[in-house]
Amino acid sequence: MSEAFQSTWVIARRGLAHMRRQPEALTDATIQPIMFVLLFAYVFGGAIKVPGGGSYREFLMGGIFAQTLMFGAFGTAMALAYDRTNGAVDRFRSLPISRSAPLAGHAVASLIRASLPIVLMSLAGLVVGWRIHSSVGMAIAGYGLMFAYSFAVIWIGVMLAAWIATPEGVQGVAFVFIFPLTFVASTFVPISTLPGVLKTLAEWNPVSAVAGALRYLFGNPGGHAPPGAPWSLQHPVAYSLIWIVALVVICAPVAVRAYQRSITN
Amino acid sequence: MATGPAIEATGLVKRYDETIALAGVDLDVPRGAVLALLGPNGAGKTTTVRILTTLTTPSEGSARVAGFDVVQEPVEVRRRIGLAAQDATVDELLTGRENLVMIGELHHLPRKTARSRADELLARFDLTETGGRLTRDYSGGMRRRLDLAATLVGEPEILFLDEPTTGLDPRGRNDLWGVLDHLVEGGVTVLLTTQYLEEAERLADDIAVVDHGRVIARGDARSLKREVGGDQLHVIAVDEADLDSIAQLVGRCADAEPSVDRQSRSVTAPTGGGPGAIALLGGELAAAGIAVEDLGLRQPTLDDVFLTLTGSAPAEELEEAAA
Repeated sequence: MSEAFQSTWVIARRGLAHMRRQPEALTDATIQPIMFVLLFAYVFGGAIKVPGGGSYREFLMGGIFAQTLMFGAFGTAMALAYDRTNGAVDRFRSLPISRSAPLAGHAVASLIRASLPIVLMSLAGLVVGWRIHSSVGMAIAGYGLMFAYSFAVIWIGVMLAAWIATPEGVQGVAFVFIFPLTFVASTFVPISTLPGVLKTLAEWNPVSAVAGALRYLFGNPGGHAPPGAPWSLQHPVAYSLIWIVALVVICAPVAVRAYQRSITN
Repeated sequence: MATGPAIEATGLVKRYDETIALAGVDLDVPRGAVLALLGPNGAGKTTTVRILTTLTTPSEGSARVAGFDVVQEPVEVRRRIGLAAQDATVDELLTGRENLVMIGELHHLPRKTARSRADELLARFDLTETGGRLTRDYSGGMRRRLDLAATLVGEPEILFLDEPTTGLDPRGRNDLWGVLDHLVEGGVTVLLTTQYLEEAERLADDIAVVDHGRVIARGDARSLKREVGGDQLHVIAVDEADLDSIAQLVGRCADAEPSVDRQSRSVTAPTGGGPGAIALLGGELAAAGIAVEDLGLRQPTLDDVFLTLTGSAPAEELEEAAA
């Protein structure tokens, strides 16, 4: 058992070294979210009104946290796809380590990677005027939720990597699926402004749930759904947790099996 | 260390959806031997290596490596083997040294041991000075050497080297051959694949010729060449009009009827006479007053071996999906 942990940690350290030495591959977790914070805070923000009042910049932060952490799935899938194209997968498979160690190592590295945008965005948020207005306990719960959510989306990344073997392919799919997923949500605009089907999608989109949950936990505008909103928006924390548990309990085992099958043969 | 052969494979078949990569391969390699799998792209060399190194499972048949079944006991097999895949799989974003330390730790060596082992191997493969550089800056030859060093970290009993010199320039190839000689002296069993008869001859004492997923011949280089007919006398004429008279003279100095290729203005015939045959033919040509562009002895190539063994030129398909 300790051998399995040791191998996992060795492979996780390798993943962290990759990130350090290839900072350009981290832009989706570093420069991009900061850019979004600035762009929406100063360019689009003036045109968007938060229902129930309050500062748009404070509303914005929960959304950008939820979006950026969802992009973590993309980072995981990219790392796995690179391993596949450069032969690392076979190298690991020819070594006397447990079958799950490479994937577990990537998961640990991905989770550590997630702390980067969490810290950077918190700082960027503070600069543009975002503040936490709730209690210390709620704030801790908010950050805890971010890490739990980051852990859950790793398995979406593993699933992607099981289907798509090349970094280019992963990039394409991320742009077509993950990117819109994070926009058809309460990320940047209040859901009430969206038309028909998009509105329903956004109401049940897990990205909206996490955005809403963070706004609620940090005491930011948009943390309380207007009366008549669906259950998912009334209970963003509970609904987020349902998604996180579902991803970890259902998606993760399926993804791991699909990935292992995809790299055999 | 267990007794019995290092590698023992019976009736290995591998089918991918519609293609048959292996059509029944039997192999046995005694401990300490060096066997070369010789064959063109797509012959099934890589698939054989992938099965023996537990990277893929056979559709039929079974294999034991270091005494362990590759399907039932893959981890036991992995503890005892080293694999250098076709494209040297070094981690480009790690330094040479970090690559080796990582592999050592994945062999469950304590970190201190992994480090000293890495330094030892860097020195042995002439990489001490560049061990601290990221391997993406390495030359092809350095990558190959590092890849080989990585296969030795776990002190394997059996080494699998899939086309170890592909992509190297002639000097790099020579260097690598020297390194492999050292390994073999250490008593390791080696199974390597190659497309070049010359390389198989240089490195292995035993050659299995593979084509269309089967072993079609087995033996040392000498016996394989004997099947082809040994060295070839090879003459290129200056003037096409001389070809017939040249063929006549070659016929006198060679062991069999010469073959004439008008397009390349060449005459070829097998000979067992070695350099003596050249001297003889040279004299005859001079006496007849025929000028030639080139006169020499040619070793049989893989193409010749194939032509003789299968009656057709080597298959030129792409190496199976695995490659």
